[in-house]
Amino acid sequence: MRSYLPRYEMQAPRDLAEAFELMAAQPGEWKPFAGGTDLMVLLEQGKLAHRKFLSVTHIAELHGIEISSSHVAIGALNTYSQLQRNSMLRDEFPLLCQAARETGSIANQNRGTLGGNIANASPAADSPPALLVYDAELELTSKRGARWIPYARFHTGYKQMDMAPEEIISRIRLPRSGKQWKQYYRKVGTRRAQAISKVCFAGAAEIGDGKIRDIRVALGSVAPTVLRCVKTEALLLKSTGPSRIKDAQEQLAAEMSPVDDFRSNARYRTWVAQNLLAEFLLQL
Amino acid sequence: MSEGQRATIRFSVNERPESVTAHPLRRLLDVLREDLHLTGTKEGCGEGECGACAVLLDGEVVNSCLIPILQVQDARVVTIEGLAQNDKARLLQESFIQCGGAQCGICTPGMIVASWNLLERNPLPTDKDLRNALSGNLCRCTGYTRIFDAIKTASGKLAQAAAK
Repeated sequence: MRSYLPRYEMQAPRDLAEAFELMAAQPGEWKPFAGGTDLMVLLEQGKLAHRKFLSVTHIAELHGIEISSSHVAIGALNTYSQLQRNSMLRDEFPLLCQAARETGSIANQNRGTLGGNIANASPAADSPPALLVYDAELELTSKRGARWIPYARFHTGYKQMDMAPEEIISRIRLPRSGKQWKQYYRKVGTRRAQAISKVCFAGAAEIGDGKIRDIRVALGSVAPTVLRCVKTEALLLKSTGPSRIKDAQEQLAAEMSPVDDFRSNARYRTWVAQNLLAEFLLQL
Repeated sequence: MSEGQRATIRFSVNERPESVTAHPLRRLLDVLREDLHLTGTKEGCGEGECGACAVLLDGEVVNSCLIPILQVQDARVVTIEGLAQNDKARLLQESFIQCGGAQCGICTPGMIVASWNLLERNPLPTDKDLRNALSGNLCRCTGYTRIFDAIKTASGKLAQAAAK
């Protein structure tokens, strides 16, 4: 049943300073509300547990994409549509743009934001595997200032995040490695468009003299959080023999902890993830 | 019973200035249909999956069931009623009728809003462009083929009109 609106409150602070004042005055009471593509669904279903929200969509400091020689810093409120329109991101971070293109419909891509996707902390989200592959860092900002943390350490458990109640995800930074990555992204869902993933795979590898010099593998929907598969990566850096794909598939299964749920089951998710790994490796 | 928090939101709908006092989390869909009596916009799923409630917000297609009215402050909203005033968009509507692209009609306003948004950006879409642009609009009657025919027909007519 729909939520009873009078139980909820929403304010629209003019800028970050005003948002931080509200958040500091009542610690833990106010949560940021971005494009609404997740929170409005919960509201409609009567499942939105939190009561007080700060609408942040119009806060200029959270928009924009800044490019420097070493990094690109993406304002947390960039929508999936804005990510796809940025030519530098398309050239250097194609997995992120592909994830943006395969998340929801165009109407949802026009509202859903990268920061919101991270803060929603779904293990089935489609952009986080790409962020893990690119060694993303998050800027968390509060009244006390800003700090950067590696995205790989941000999700500490199912829907758990290394973030204080008064902090906002303000920017997402990706290092420009300059490497000639071979990149692979594939999302497997019930249908091609708009489905939530059963398994989502992002991979990148640097090849030199026919050998893997560097390799990154990350998965969504196979563990309580999105997962960077570091043991599989380490194995692939070492192994060269004919059984390396099979060995890597076994290691991948050991790193995952998929569940049976209404979208899929653990056995299917394991097989699909292993097959996607093989498809990625065979394309190198 | 208390109505809870109220906010006054100013925005334009189909180029007409509007001012609405409502709970800030009230859905744009409900404001359009119940407060402004613009009932062309339909509610389908109410959770952003079906596209029946699609409108244009500052020129971009969005699902109005997922927009809290507070986020519409100072924005420009165009609904199916606004497109019906636009001669070119009406050509698209006529193509839907001519090609059998509308049956029960619940998805039709959203289909027209989403496909009009596509044609404005991409006047000669390929089949792939069409499928991508309408992937968020569900229709349970037509099987989509007639909808795609309607948009291609409109695209051709608009190109002809532009060449004249």
